[in-house]
Amino acid sequence: MFEMIGGLLAFSFYEGLVFGLIAVGMYLTFRMINFPDLGVEGSFPFGGAVVAVLIVKGWNPFIATIAAAFAGSLVGVATSMLNTKLRIPALLCGIIMIVSLWSINLRVMGNRANISLLREETIFHKIADLVGISYGRIEVDILVALVLAVITFFVLNWFLCTQIGLALRATGDNEQMVRGLGSDTEMNIVIGCSIANGLVALAGAVICQAQGFSDVGMGIGILVMGLASVILGDAIFRPKGVTSMLLAATAGAFVYRLFITVALRMGMPPGDLKLITGLLVTIALVIPFIRKKIRHEWVPPASRLF
Amino acid sequence: MGDTANKNVLQLRDVKKIFSHGTIDEVTALNGINLTVQEQDFISIIGSNGAGKSTMLNVIAGVFPPERGGKVIIDGDDVTNLPEYRHSAYTGRVWQEPQVGTASKMTIEENLAMAYLRGKKRGLKAASNKELRALFREALKQLGLGLEDRLNAPVGTLSGGQRQSLSLVMATISKPAILLLDEHIATLDPKTAQTVLKLSKMIIDKEKMTTMMVTHNMEIALRFGNRLVMMHRGKVIVDIGEERKNTLTINDLVNAFEQASGEKFDDDSVLLSHR
Ligand SMILES: Nc1ncnc2c1ncn2[C@@H]1O[C@H](COP(=O)(O)OP(=O)(O)O)[C@@H](O)[C@H]1O
Ligand SMILES: [Mg+2]
Repeated sequence: MFEMIGGLLAFSFYEGLVFGLIAVGMYLTFRMINFPDLGVEGSFPFGGAVVAVLIVKGWNPFIATIAAAFAGSLVGVATSMLNTKLRIPALLCGIIMIVSLWSINLRVMGNRANISLLREETIFHKIADLVGISYGRIEVDILVALVLAVITFFVLNWFLCTQIGLALRATGDNEQMVRGLGSDTEMNIVIGCSIANGLVALAGAVICQAQGFSDVGMGIGILVMGLASVILGDAIFRPKGVTSMLLAATAGAFVYRLFITVALRMGMPPGDLKLITGLLVTIALVIPFIRKKIRHEWVPPASRLF
Repeated sequence: MGDTANKNVLQLRDVKKIFSHGTIDEVTALNGINLTVQEQDFISIIGSNGAGKSTMLNVIAGVFPPERGGKVIIDGDDVTNLPEYRHSAYTGRVWQEPQVGTASKMTIEENLAMAYLRGKKRGLKAASNKELRALFREALKQLGLGLEDRLNAPVGTLSGGQRQSLSLVMATISKPAILLLDEHIATLDPKTAQTVLKLSKMIIDKEKMTTMMVTHNMEIALRFGNRLVMMHRGKVIVDIGEERKNTLTINDLVNAFEQASGEKFDDDSVLLSHR
Protein backbone atom coordinates (compact mmCIF):
# COMPACT_ATOMS: atom_id res chain seq x y z
CA MET A 1 0.00 0.00 0.00
CA PHE A 2 2.66 2.51 1.10
CA GLU A 3 4.83 1.35 -1.73
CA MET A 4 2.05 2.06 -4.18
CA ILE A 5 1.45 5.54 -2.80
CA GLY A 6 5.19 6.15 -2.78
CA GLY A 7 5.41 5.04 -6.39
CA LEU A 8 2.48 7.23 -7.35
CA LEU A 9 4.02 10.26 -5.70
CA ALA A 10 7.45 9.59 -7.18
CA PHE A 11 6.01 9.27 -10.66
CA SER A 12 3.89 12.42 -10.32
CA PHE A 13 6.88 14.24 -8.86
CA TYR A 14 8.95 13.35 -11.93
CA GLU A 15 6.15 14.31 -14.30
CA GLY A 16 5.39 17.46 -12.36
CA LEU A 17 9.01 18.58 -12.66
CA VAL A 18 9.15 18.02 -16.42
CA PHE A 19 5.71 19.44 -17.16
CA GLY A 20 6.58 22.17 -14.65
CA LEU A 21 9.01 23.51 -17.29
CA ILE A 22 6.03 23.97 -19.60
CA ALA A 23 3.94 25.50 -16.82
CA VAL A 24 6.73 27.95 -15.94
CA GLY A 25 7.11 28.89 -19.61
CA MET A 26 3.39 29.46 -19.95
CA TYR A 27 3.27 31.38 -16.68
CA LEU A 28 5.89 33.67 -18.17
CA THR A 29 3.89 34.35 -21.34
CA PHE A 30 0.28 34.22 -20.13
CA ARG A 31 0.72 35.84 -16.74
CA MET A 32 3.94 37.83 -16.60
CA ILE A 33 4.26 39.43 -20.04
CA ASN A 34 0.57 39.06 -20.82
CA PHE A 35 1.13 37.48 -24.22
CA PRO A 36 -1.18 34.46 -24.61
CA ASP A 37 1.18 32.33 -26.69
CA LEU A 38 -0.66 29.27 -28.04
CA GLY A 39 2.37 28.31 -30.14
CA VAL A 40 3.71 26.07 -27.34
CA GLU A 41 1.54 23.31 -28.78
CA GLY A 42 3.95 23.39 -31.72
CA SER A 43 7.24 24.10 -29.95
CA PHE A 44 6.82 21.06 -27.66
CA PRO A 45 6.91 18.47 -30.51
CA PHE A 46 9.48 20.69 -32.26
CA GLY A 47 11.83 20.19 -29.31
CA GLY A 48 11.16 16.44 -29.52
CA ALA A 49 11.76 16.32 -33.26
CA VAL A 50 15.02 18.27 -33.10
CA VAL A 51 16.48 16.22 -30.26
CA ALA A 52 15.49 12.91 -31.89
CA VAL A 53 17.04 13.80 -35.23
CA LEU A 54 20.26 15.04 -33.65
CA ILE A 55 20.64 12.01 -31.37
CA VAL A 56 20.08 9.63 -34.28
CA LYS A 57 22.74 11.60 -36.15
CA GLY A 58 25.11 10.74 -33.33
CA TRP A 59 25.18 14.00 -31.37
CA ASN A 60 25.92 13.93 -27.67
CA PRO A 61 22.44 13.79 -26.05
CA PHE A 62 23.19 16.71 -23.71
CA ILE A 63 24.21 18.97 -26.58
CA ALA A 64 21.24 17.73 -28.63
CA THR A 65 18.92 18.64 -25.75
CA ILE A 66 20.39 22.13 -25.44
CA ALA A 67 20.13 22.57 -29.21
CA ALA A 68 16.44 21.56 -29.06
CA ALA A 69 15.75 24.16 -26.37
CA PHE A 70 17.55 26.77 -28.42
CA ALA A 71 15.57 25.83 -31.54
CA GLY A 72 12.38 26.17 -29.49
CA SER A 73 13.35 29.67 -28.41
CA LEU A 74 13.58 30.63 -32.09
CA VAL A 75 9.95 29.52 -32.46
CA GLY A 76 9.12 31.98 -29.67
CA VAL A 77 10.97 34.73 -31.50
CA ALA A 78 8.95 33.99 -34.66
CA THR A 79 5.60 33.93 -32.84
CA SER A 80 6.21 37.21 -31.03
CA MET A 81 7.59 38.94 -34.12
CA LEU A 82 4.37 38.13 -35.99
CA ASN A 83 2.68 40.13 -33.25
CA THR A 84 5.16 42.96 -32.65
CA LYS A 85 6.50 43.54 -36.16
CA LEU A 86 3.54 42.51 -38.34
CA ARG A 87 0.83 43.59 -35.85
CA ILE A 88 -1.08 40.28 -35.91
CA PRO A 89 -3.16 39.63 -32.75
CA ALA A 90 -1.35 37.34 -30.31
CA LEU A 91 -3.87 34.48 -30.37
CA LEU A 92 -3.69 34.29 -34.16
CA CYS A 93 0.13 34.31 -34.07
CA GLY A 94 0.02 31.19 -31.90
CA ILE A 95 -2.46 29.47 -34.18
CA ILE A 96 -0.41 30.30 -37.26
CA MET A 97 2.65 28.80 -35.56
CA ILE A 98 0.81 25.62 -34.51
CA VAL A 99 -0.32 24.76 -38.05
CA SER A 100 3.00 25.76 -39.62
CA LEU A 101 5.03 23.76 -37.11
CA TRP A 102 3.09 20.59 -37.88
CA SER A 103 4.59 20.59 -41.37
CA ILE A 104 7.96 21.84 -40.16
CA ASN A 105 8.15 19.04 -37.58
CA LEU A 106 7.41 16.43 -40.26
CA ARG A 107 10.19 17.94 -42.38
CA VAL A 108 12.64 18.03 -39.49
CA MET A 109 12.01 14.32 -38.91
CA GLY A 110 12.67 13.61 -42.59
CA ASN A 111 9.02 13.33 -43.63
CA ARG A 112 8.33 10.69 -40.99
CA ALA A 113 5.61 10.93 -38.35
CA ASN A 114 7.89 9.47 -35.67
CA ILE A 115 11.48 8.57 -34.86
CA SER A 116 12.49 5.81 -32.44
CA LEU A 117 15.27 6.40 -29.93
CA LEU A 118 15.10 2.93 -28.40
CA ARG A 119 18.56 1.95 -29.63
CA GLU A 120 20.13 5.33 -28.96
CA GLU A 121 21.89 6.69 -25.92
CA THR A 122 19.88 9.48 -24.23
CA ILE A 123 20.55 11.84 -21.32
CA PHE A 124 18.84 9.25 -19.12
CA HIS A 125 21.46 6.60 -20.00
CA LYS A 126 24.25 9.11 -19.44
CA ILE A 127 22.97 10.19 -16.02
CA ALA A 128 22.27 6.57 -14.99
CA ASP A 129 25.89 5.66 -15.85
CA LEU A 130 27.18 8.76 -14.11
CA VAL A 131 25.51 8.12 -10.74
CA GLY A 132 25.59 4.32 -10.97
CA ILE A 133 21.86 3.60 -10.82
CA SER A 134 20.56 1.14 -13.38
CA TYR A 135 18.81 2.72 -16.34
CA GLY A 136 15.02 2.61 -16.25
CA ARG A 137 14.57 3.22 -12.52
CA ILE A 138 12.36 6.14 -11.48
CA GLU A 139 15.25 7.62 -9.47
CA VAL A 140 17.10 8.35 -12.71
CA ASP A 141 14.06 10.05 -14.20
CA ILE A 142 13.58 12.14 -11.09
CA LEU A 143 17.24 13.09 -10.97
CA VAL A 144 17.26 14.30 -14.60
CA ALA A 145 14.04 16.24 -14.13
CA LEU A 146 15.16 17.69 -10.81
CA VAL A 147 18.46 18.96 -12.18
CA LEU A 148 16.69 20.69 -15.08
CA ALA A 149 13.94 22.13 -12.88
CA VAL A 150 16.39 23.46 -10.29
CA ILE A 151 18.64 25.07 -12.90
CA THR A 152 15.62 26.62 -14.61
CA PHE A 153 14.27 27.89 -11.31
CA PHE A 154 17.48 29.57 -10.21
CA VAL A 155 18.27 31.08 -13.59
CA LEU A 156 14.75 32.50 -14.07
CA ASN A 157 14.50 33.63 -10.46
CA TRP A 158 17.68 35.61 -10.98
CA PHE A 159 16.86 36.85 -14.48
CA LEU A 160 13.37 38.15 -13.67
CA CYS A 161 14.85 40.41 -10.98
CA THR A 162 17.48 41.92 -13.24
CA GLN A 163 16.96 45.25 -14.99
CA ILE A 164 15.85 43.52 -18.19
CA GLY A 165 13.75 40.97 -16.31
CA LEU A 166 11.94 43.69 -14.39
CA ALA A 167 11.15 45.55 -17.61
CA LEU A 168 9.82 42.29 -19.03
CA ARG A 169 7.41 41.80 -16.12
CA ALA A 170 6.38 45.45 -16.16
CA THR A 171 5.50 45.07 -19.86
CA GLY A 172 2.79 42.60 -18.87
CA ASP A 173 1.42 45.02 -16.29
CA ASN A 174 1.48 48.40 -18.04
CA GLU A 175 2.91 48.62 -21.54
CA GLN A 176 2.33 52.36 -21.92
CA MET A 177 4.26 53.04 -18.72
CA VAL A 178 7.16 50.82 -19.76
CA ARG A 179 7.57 52.66 -23.07
CA GLY A 180 7.33 55.93 -21.18
CA LEU A 181 10.15 54.74 -18.94
CA GLY A 182 12.39 54.00 -21.89
CA SER A 183 12.18 50.25 -22.37
CA ASP A 184 11.38 48.64 -25.72
CA THR A 185 8.20 46.66 -25.02
CA GLU A 186 8.39 44.81 -28.33
CA MET A 187 11.85 43.55 -27.49
CA ASN A 188 10.67 42.53 -24.02
CA ILE A 189 7.85 40.46 -25.49
CA VAL A 190 10.24 38.77 -27.93
CA ILE A 191 12.67 37.91 -25.11
CA GLY A 192 9.86 36.55 -22.92
CA CYS A 193 8.37 34.40 -25.68
CA SER A 194 11.74 33.01 -26.67
CA ILE A 195 12.51 31.94 -23.09
CA ALA A 196 9.05 30.39 -22.69
CA ASN A 197 9.21 28.43 -25.93
CA GLY A 198 12.77 27.36 -25.16
CA LEU A 199 11.53 25.84 -21.90
CA VAL A 200 8.62 24.10 -23.62
CA ALA A 201 10.90 22.67 -26.31
CA LEU A 202 13.29 21.55 -23.57
CA ALA A 203 10.42 19.66 -21.93
CA GLY A 204 9.56 18.15 -25.33
CA ALA A 205 13.17 17.03 -25.79
CA VAL A 206 13.26 15.39 -22.33
CA ILE A 207 9.88 13.64 -22.66
CA CYS A 208 10.84 12.37 -26.09
CA GLN A 209 14.02 10.77 -24.65
CA ALA A 210 12.11 9.38 -21.67
CA GLN A 211 9.51 7.66 -23.81
CA GLY A 212 12.05 6.56 -26.38
CA PHE A 213 10.52 8.14 -29.46
CA SER A 214 9.49 11.44 -30.98
CA ASP A 215 6.07 11.78 -32.55
CA VAL A 216 4.60 14.59 -34.64
CA GLY A 217 1.38 14.38 -32.59
CA MET A 218 3.01 14.55 -29.17
CA GLY A 219 2.06 18.21 -28.72
CA ILE A 220 -1.66 17.60 -28.74
CA GLY A 221 -3.13 18.58 -25.39
CA ILE A 222 0.05 20.27 -24.12
CA LEU A 223 -1.57 23.71 -24.22
CA VAL A 224 -4.49 22.59 -22.06
CA MET A 225 -2.19 20.74 -19.70
CA GLY A 226 0.10 23.74 -19.28
CA LEU A 227 -2.83 26.09 -18.72
CA ALA A 228 -4.37 23.68 -16.22
CA SER A 229 -1.09 23.66 -14.29
CA VAL A 230 -0.81 27.46 -14.33
CA ILE A 231 -4.42 27.87 -13.19
CA LEU A 232 -4.18 25.21 -10.46
CA GLY A 233 -0.92 26.69 -9.19
CA ASP A 234 -2.49 30.14 -9.11
CA ALA A 235 -5.65 28.97 -7.36
CA ILE A 236 -3.95 26.82 -4.71
CA PHE A 237 -0.90 28.91 -3.87
CA ARG A 238 -2.02 32.43 -4.84
CA PRO A 239 1.59 33.49 -5.46
CA LYS A 240 2.93 37.02 -5.09
CA GLY A 241 6.39 37.86 -6.32
CA VAL A 242 8.71 36.11 -8.75
CA THR A 243 9.92 33.23 -6.58
CA SER A 244 6.49 32.12 -5.44
CA MET A 245 5.12 32.39 -8.98
CA LEU A 246 7.80 30.07 -10.34
CA LEU A 247 7.21 27.61 -7.50
CA ALA A 248 3.42 27.79 -7.91
CA ALA A 249 3.64 26.96 -11.61
CA THR A 250 5.74 23.86 -10.92
CA ALA A 251 3.57 22.83 -7.97
CA GLY A 252 0.49 23.29 -10.16
CA ALA A 253 1.95 20.89 -12.70
CA PHE A 254 2.67 18.38 -9.91
CA VAL A 255 -0.89 18.59 -8.53
CA TYR A 256 -2.33 18.22 -12.01
CA ARG A 257 -0.21 15.16 -12.85
CA LEU A 258 -1.02 13.66 -9.46
CA PHE A 259 -4.76 13.92 -10.15
CA ILE A 260 -4.34 12.33 -13.57
CA THR A 261 -2.11 9.52 -12.32
CA VAL A 262 -4.42 8.71 -9.38
CA ALA A 263 -7.45 8.72 -11.67
CA LEU A 264 -5.70 6.27 -14.01
CA ARG A 265 -4.58 3.97 -11.19
CA MET A 266 -8.10 3.95 -9.79
CA GLY A 267 -9.15 2.33 -13.02
CA MET A 268 -10.68 5.30 -14.73
CA PRO A 269 -10.78 4.80 -18.52
CA PRO A 270 -8.13 7.00 -20.20
CA GLY A 271 -10.84 8.52 -22.34
CA ASP A 272 -12.31 10.19 -19.27
CA LEU A 273 -9.09 12.03 -18.36
CA LYS A 274 -9.91 15.06 -20.48
CA LEU A 275 -13.14 15.46 -18.56
CA ILE A 276 -11.16 15.36 -15.30
CA THR A 277 -8.95 18.13 -16.69
CA GLY A 278 -12.00 20.17 -17.65
CA LEU A 279 -13.52 19.78 -14.20
CA LEU A 280 -10.25 20.59 -12.41
CA VAL A 281 -9.70 23.78 -14.39
CA THR A 282 -13.31 24.86 -13.91
CA ILE A 283 -13.14 24.30 -10.16
CA ALA A 284 -9.82 26.14 -9.89
CA LEU A 285 -11.20 29.11 -11.81
CA VAL A 286 -14.49 29.24 -9.93
CA ILE A 287 -13.04 29.06 -6.39
CA PRO A 288 -11.94 32.75 -6.28
CA PHE A 289 -15.33 33.76 -7.68
CA ILE A 290 -17.23 31.82 -5.00
CA ARG A 291 -14.91 33.17 -2.31
CA LYS A 292 -15.79 36.71 -3.36
CA LYS A 293 -19.50 35.93 -3.62
CA ILE A 294 -19.51 34.64 -0.04
CA ARG A 295 -17.98 37.94 1.08
CA HIS A 296 -20.64 39.76 -0.99
CA GLU A 297 -17.98 41.38 -3.13
CA TRP A 298 -18.84 42.63 -6.57
CA VAL A 299 -17.24 40.53 -9.31
CA PRO A 300 -16.66 42.15 -12.72
CA PRO A 301 -17.63 40.26 -15.90
CA ALA A 302 -14.99 37.79 -17.00
CA SER A 303 -12.35 38.76 -19.53
CA ARG A 304 -13.06 37.50 -23.04
CA LEU A 305 -9.44 36.44 -23.39
CA PHE A 306 -7.62 34.95 -20.42
CA MET B 1 17.71 82.51 -13.06
CA GLY B 2 21.30 81.50 -13.73
CA ASP B 3 23.29 81.99 -16.88
CA THR B 4 22.19 78.64 -18.31
CA ALA B 5 18.65 79.94 -18.41
CA ASN B 6 18.74 80.76 -22.09
CA LYS B 7 19.50 77.26 -23.27
CA ASN B 8 16.72 75.82 -25.44
CA VAL B 9 15.50 72.54 -23.98
CA LEU B 10 12.69 71.95 -26.46
CA GLN B 11 11.86 73.26 -29.89
CA LEU B 12 8.71 72.40 -31.81
CA ARG B 13 8.90 73.52 -35.42
CA ASP B 14 5.78 73.54 -37.57
CA VAL B 15 4.36 70.52 -35.76
CA LYS B 16 1.13 69.23 -37.30
CA LYS B 17 -0.88 66.17 -36.41
CA ILE B 18 -3.83 64.88 -38.39
CA PHE B 19 -5.79 61.86 -37.15
CA SER B 20 -7.77 59.49 -39.41
CA HIS B 21 -6.24 61.04 -42.51
CA GLY B 22 -8.54 61.01 -45.56
CA THR B 23 -11.62 59.68 -43.78
CA ILE B 24 -14.78 61.48 -42.71
CA ASP B 25 -13.39 61.37 -39.15
CA GLU B 26 -10.33 63.40 -40.12
CA VAL B 27 -9.25 65.71 -37.27
CA THR B 28 -6.48 68.26 -37.39
CA ALA B 29 -5.38 68.04 -33.78
CA LEU B 30 -2.25 70.16 -34.22
CA ASN B 31 -2.16 72.80 -36.90
CA GLY B 32 1.41 74.13 -37.06
CA ILE B 33 2.82 74.52 -33.57
CA ASN B 34 5.99 76.55 -33.08
CA LEU B 35 7.21 76.65 -29.53
CA THR B 36 10.57 77.06 -27.83
CA VAL B 37 11.00 76.06 -24.23
CA GLN B 38 14.03 77.30 -22.34
CA GLU B 39 15.84 75.68 -19.47
CA GLN B 40 13.91 75.95 -16.20
CA ASP B 41 10.81 77.28 -17.89
CA PHE B 42 7.65 76.22 -16.08
CA ILE B 43 4.88 76.62 -18.64
CA SER B 44 1.20 76.38 -17.74
CA ILE B 45 -0.87 75.31 -20.72
CA ILE B 46 -4.59 75.98 -20.95
CA GLY B 47 -7.07 75.62 -23.78
CA SER B 48 -10.49 74.34 -24.63
CA ASN B 49 -11.34 70.68 -24.69
CA GLY B 50 -9.93 69.18 -27.89
CA ALA B 51 -7.53 72.10 -28.46
CA GLY B 52 -4.66 69.64 -28.93
CA LYS B 53 -2.89 69.95 -25.57
CA SER B 54 -2.56 66.21 -24.98
CA THR B 55 -1.66 65.61 -28.61
CA MET B 56 1.18 68.13 -28.31
CA LEU B 57 2.53 66.39 -25.20
CA ASN B 58 2.16 63.02 -26.98
CA VAL B 59 4.28 64.29 -29.86
CA ILE B 60 6.91 65.60 -27.44
CA ALA B 61 6.91 62.24 -25.62
CA GLY B 62 7.12 60.37 -28.93
CA VAL B 63 3.87 58.42 -28.60
CA PHE B 64 3.44 59.20 -32.29
CA PRO B 65 5.49 61.32 -34.73
CA PRO B 66 4.18 64.62 -36.14
CA GLU B 67 3.21 64.91 -39.81
CA ARG B 68 6.15 65.16 -42.23
CA GLY B 69 7.90 68.50 -42.17
CA GLY B 70 7.47 69.00 -38.45
CA LYS B 71 10.41 68.80 -36.09
CA VAL B 72 10.85 68.00 -32.42
CA ILE B 73 14.23 68.95 -31.00
CA ILE B 74 15.09 68.22 -27.38
CA ASP B 75 18.42 69.22 -25.83
CA GLY B 76 19.70 69.92 -29.33
CA ASP B 77 18.94 66.40 -30.57
CA ASP B 78 16.45 65.88 -33.38
CA VAL B 79 14.14 63.27 -31.84
CA THR B 80 11.27 63.68 -34.31
CA ASN B 81 11.26 60.11 -35.54
CA LEU B 82 12.63 58.24 -32.55
CA PRO B 83 10.33 55.55 -31.11
CA GLU B 84 8.62 56.39 -27.85
CA TYR B 85 10.92 54.29 -25.70
CA ARG B 86 13.89 56.35 -26.89
CA HIS B 87 12.11 59.67 -26.45
CA SER B 88 11.73 58.73 -22.83
CA ALA B 89 15.40 59.37 -22.26
CA TYR B 90 14.47 63.05 -22.48
CA THR B 91 10.97 63.23 -21.07
CA GLY B 92 9.35 62.41 -17.76
CA ARG B 93 5.60 62.27 -17.72
CA VAL B 94 2.60 62.18 -15.44
CA TRP B 95 -0.72 61.29 -17.03
CA GLN B 96 -4.22 62.30 -16.03
CA GLU B 97 -5.14 58.81 -14.77
CA PRO B 98 -2.98 57.41 -11.97
CA GLN B 99 -3.23 53.89 -13.42
CA VAL B 100 -1.48 54.92 -16.66
CA GLY B 101 1.70 56.12 -14.97
CA THR B 102 2.23 53.21 -12.59
CA ALA B 103 2.18 49.40 -12.79
CA SER B 104 -0.46 48.25 -10.32
CA LYS B 105 0.60 44.64 -9.81
CA MET B 106 4.18 45.57 -9.07
CA THR B 107 5.52 46.97 -5.84
CA ILE B 108 6.46 50.59 -5.17
CA GLU B 109 10.11 49.56 -5.20
CA GLU B 110 9.76 47.78 -8.56
CA ASN B 111 7.98 50.80 -10.06
CA LEU B 112 10.73 53.13 -8.87
CA ALA B 113 13.44 50.74 -10.07
CA MET B 114 11.85 50.88 -13.54
CA ALA B 115 11.70 54.67 -13.41
CA TYR B 116 15.26 55.00 -12.16
CA LEU B 117 16.58 53.41 -15.36
CA ARG B 118 14.82 55.74 -17.76
CA GLY B 119 17.38 56.89 -20.30
CA LYS B 120 19.97 54.36 -19.12
CA LYS B 121 20.81 51.04 -20.72
CA ARG B 122 19.15 48.08 -19.04
CA GLY B 123 21.33 45.04 -18.44
CA LEU B 124 21.66 41.93 -16.32
CA LYS B 125 22.41 43.69 -13.05
CA ALA B 126 19.94 43.37 -10.19
CA ALA B 127 17.15 45.89 -10.76
CA SER B 128 17.28 47.08 -7.17
CA ASN B 129 19.71 46.93 -4.27
CA LYS B 130 20.37 48.44 -0.86
CA GLU B 131 21.69 51.78 -2.11
CA LEU B 132 18.78 52.19 -4.51
CA ARG B 133 16.26 51.34 -1.79
CA ALA B 134 17.79 54.06 0.37
CA LEU B 135 17.55 56.49 -2.54
CA PHE B 136 13.91 55.51 -3.18
CA ARG B 137 13.04 55.97 0.50
CA GLU B 138 14.66 59.39 0.47
CA ALA B 139 12.69 60.40 -2.63
CA LEU B 140 9.41 59.13 -1.14
CA LYS B 141 10.01 60.78 2.21
CA GLN B 142 9.74 64.27 0.74
CA LEU B 143 6.12 63.46 -0.21
CA GLY B 144 5.22 63.13 3.46
CA LEU B 145 2.73 60.36 2.69
CA GLY B 146 4.49 57.53 4.56
CA LEU B 147 5.17 55.65 1.32
CA GLU B 148 8.84 55.24 2.29
CA ASP B 149 7.79 52.49 4.72
CA ARG B 150 5.77 50.62 2.10
CA LEU B 151 8.34 49.81 -0.57
CA ASN B 152 6.97 46.26 -0.89
CA ALA B 153 3.31 47.22 -1.23
CA PRO B 154 1.73 46.59 -4.65
CA VAL B 155 0.94 49.96 -6.21
CA GLY B 156 -2.65 48.81 -6.82
CA THR B 157 -3.25 49.12 -3.07
CA LEU B 158 -2.50 52.88 -3.03
CA SER B 159 -5.07 55.67 -3.27
CA GLY B 160 -5.32 57.84 -6.38
CA GLY B 161 -3.48 60.72 -4.73
CA GLN B 162 -0.69 58.45 -3.46
CA ARG B 163 -0.34 56.87 -6.90
CA GLN B 164 -0.19 60.25 -8.60
CA SER B 165 2.46 61.43 -6.13
CA LEU B 166 4.42 58.26 -6.83
CA SER B 167 4.07 58.95 -10.59
CA LEU B 168 5.55 62.37 -9.94
CA VAL B 169 8.58 60.89 -8.20
CA MET B 170 8.90 58.30 -10.98
CA ALA B 171 8.76 61.00 -13.65
CA THR B 172 11.51 63.06 -12.01
CA ILE B 173 13.83 60.56 -10.29
CA SER B 174 16.04 60.15 -13.36
CA LYS B 175 16.15 63.90 -14.04
CA PRO B 176 14.63 64.11 -17.54
CA ALA B 177 15.30 67.14 -19.74
CA ILE B 178 11.64 68.06 -19.60
CA LEU B 179 8.73 67.14 -17.33
CA LEU B 180 5.29 66.78 -18.93
CA LEU B 181 2.23 67.01 -16.69
CA ASP B 182 -1.07 66.39 -18.48
CA GLU B 183 -3.96 67.44 -16.24
CA HIS B 184 -2.29 65.31 -13.62
CA ILE B 185 -4.59 66.47 -10.81
CA ALA B 186 -7.84 66.41 -12.77
CA THR B 187 -9.15 63.08 -11.45
CA LEU B 188 -8.31 63.80 -7.79
CA ASP B 189 -10.64 65.25 -5.18
CA PRO B 190 -10.02 68.99 -4.55
CA LYS B 191 -8.04 68.56 -1.35
CA THR B 192 -5.80 65.79 -2.73
CA ALA B 193 -5.42 67.82 -5.93
CA GLN B 194 -4.01 70.75 -3.96
CA THR B 195 -1.61 68.43 -2.10
CA VAL B 196 -0.31 66.86 -5.31
CA LEU B 197 -0.03 70.29 -6.92
CA LYS B 198 2.07 71.53 -3.99
CA LEU B 199 4.29 68.45 -4.19
CA SER B 200 4.72 69.04 -7.93
CA LYS B 201 5.83 72.60 -7.34
CA MET B 202 8.21 71.50 -4.58
CA ILE B 203 9.90 68.85 -6.73
CA ILE B 204 10.06 71.14 -9.79
CA ASP B 205 11.72 73.88 -7.73
CA LYS B 206 14.11 71.54 -5.99
CA GLU B 207 15.24 69.74 -9.14
CA LYS B 208 15.11 72.94 -11.25
CA MET B 209 12.96 70.96 -13.67
CA THR B 210 11.91 72.35 -17.05
CA THR B 211 8.16 71.75 -17.03
CA MET B 212 5.06 71.87 -19.21
CA MET B 213 1.87 71.55 -17.19
CA VAL B 214 -1.55 71.24 -18.81
CA THR B 215 -4.45 72.32 -16.64
CA HIS B 216 -8.08 73.18 -17.32
CA ASN B 217 -8.14 75.54 -14.36
CA MET B 218 -7.26 79.15 -15.26
CA GLU B 219 -6.63 80.08 -11.67
CA ILE B 220 -4.01 77.34 -11.30
CA ALA B 221 -2.49 78.35 -14.63
CA LEU B 222 -2.10 81.91 -13.34
CA ARG B 223 -0.77 80.84 -9.97
CA PHE B 224 1.92 78.42 -11.22
CA GLY B 225 4.80 78.78 -13.63
CA ASN B 226 6.73 81.60 -15.27
CA ARG B 227 4.98 81.36 -18.62
CA LEU B 228 1.44 80.76 -19.82
CA VAL B 229 0.44 79.24 -23.15
CA MET B 230 -3.12 79.09 -24.44
CA MET B 231 -4.06 76.66 -27.19
CA HIS B 232 -7.09 76.72 -29.47
CA ARG B 233 -7.96 74.52 -32.45
CA GLY B 234 -4.48 73.02 -32.72
CA LYS B 235 -2.61 76.30 -32.43
CA VAL B 236 -0.82 78.29 -29.76
CA ILE B 237 -2.87 81.51 -29.70
CA VAL B 238 -1.48 83.18 -26.59
CA ASP B 239 2.05 82.95 -25.10
CA ILE B 240 2.67 85.14 -22.07
CA GLY B 241 6.06 85.56 -20.39
CA GLU B 242 6.97 86.03 -16.75
CA GLU B 243 6.66 89.80 -16.38
CA ARG B 244 3.16 90.09 -17.80
CA LYS B 245 2.03 86.87 -16.20
CA ASN B 246 2.70 88.12 -12.68
CA THR B 247 0.06 90.80 -12.99
CA LEU B 248 -2.37 88.84 -15.15
CA THR B 249 -5.99 88.29 -14.10
CA ILE B 250 -8.63 85.90 -15.31
CA ASN B 251 -10.34 88.78 -17.08
CA ASP B 252 -7.14 89.56 -18.96
CA LEU B 253 -7.02 85.93 -20.06
CA VAL B 254 -10.61 86.02 -21.32
CA ASN B 255 -9.83 89.17 -23.28
CA ALA B 256 -6.64 87.70 -24.65
CA PHE B 257 -8.58 84.65 -25.80
CA GLU B 258 -11.28 86.67 -27.56
CA GLN B 259 -8.75 88.90 -29.26
CA ALA B 260 -6.51 86.06 -30.44
CA SER B 261 -9.22 83.64 -31.55
CA GLY B 262 -11.78 86.14 -32.80
CA GLU B 263 -14.38 84.05 -30.97
CA LYS B 264 -16.58 84.88 -28.03
CA PHE B 265 -15.40 83.38 -24.77
CA ASP B 266 -18.12 80.92 -23.86
CA ASP B 267 -17.73 79.11 -20.61
CA ASP B 268 -19.65 76.03 -21.77
CA SER B 269 -18.08 75.45 -25.12
CA VAL B 270 -14.59 76.52 -24.16
CA LEU B 271 -14.65 74.60 -20.92
CA LEU B 272 -12.08 76.65 -19.11
CA SER B 273 -13.04 76.54 -15.51
CA HIS B 274 -12.24 79.53 -13.32
CA ARG B 275 -13.88 78.64 -10.08
N1 LIG C 1 -5.40 58.93 -30.82
C1 LIG C 1 -6.32 59.73 -31.41
N2 LIG C 1 -7.01 59.28 -32.48
C2 LIG C 1 -7.93 60.08 -33.09
N3 LIG C 1 -8.21 61.33 -32.70
C3 LIG C 1 -7.55 61.84 -31.64
C4 LIG C 1 -6.58 61.06 -30.93
N4 LIG C 1 -6.07 61.81 -29.92
C5 LIG C 1 -6.71 62.99 -29.99
N5 LIG C 1 -7.59 63.03 -31.02
C6 LIG C 1 -8.42 64.18 -31.41
O1 LIG C 1 -7.57 65.27 -31.55
C7 LIG C 1 -8.18 66.44 -31.01
C8 LIG C 1 -7.29 67.02 -29.93
O2 LIG C 1 -7.32 66.15 -28.81
P1 LIG C 1 -6.47 66.37 -27.48
O3 LIG C 1 -5.08 66.67 -27.85
O4 LIG C 1 -6.70 65.19 -26.62
O5 LIG C 1 -7.15 67.65 -26.84
P2 LIG C 1 -6.98 68.29 -25.40
O6 LIG C 1 -6.00 67.47 -24.64
O7 LIG C 1 -6.54 69.68 -25.66
O8 LIG C 1 -8.34 68.25 -24.79
C9 LIG C 1 -9.54 66.03 -30.52
O9 LIG C 1 -10.49 66.34 -31.49
C10 LIG C 1 -9.42 64.54 -30.34
O10 LIG C 1 -10.66 63.92 -30.56
MG1 LIG D 1 -6.18 66.32 -22.81
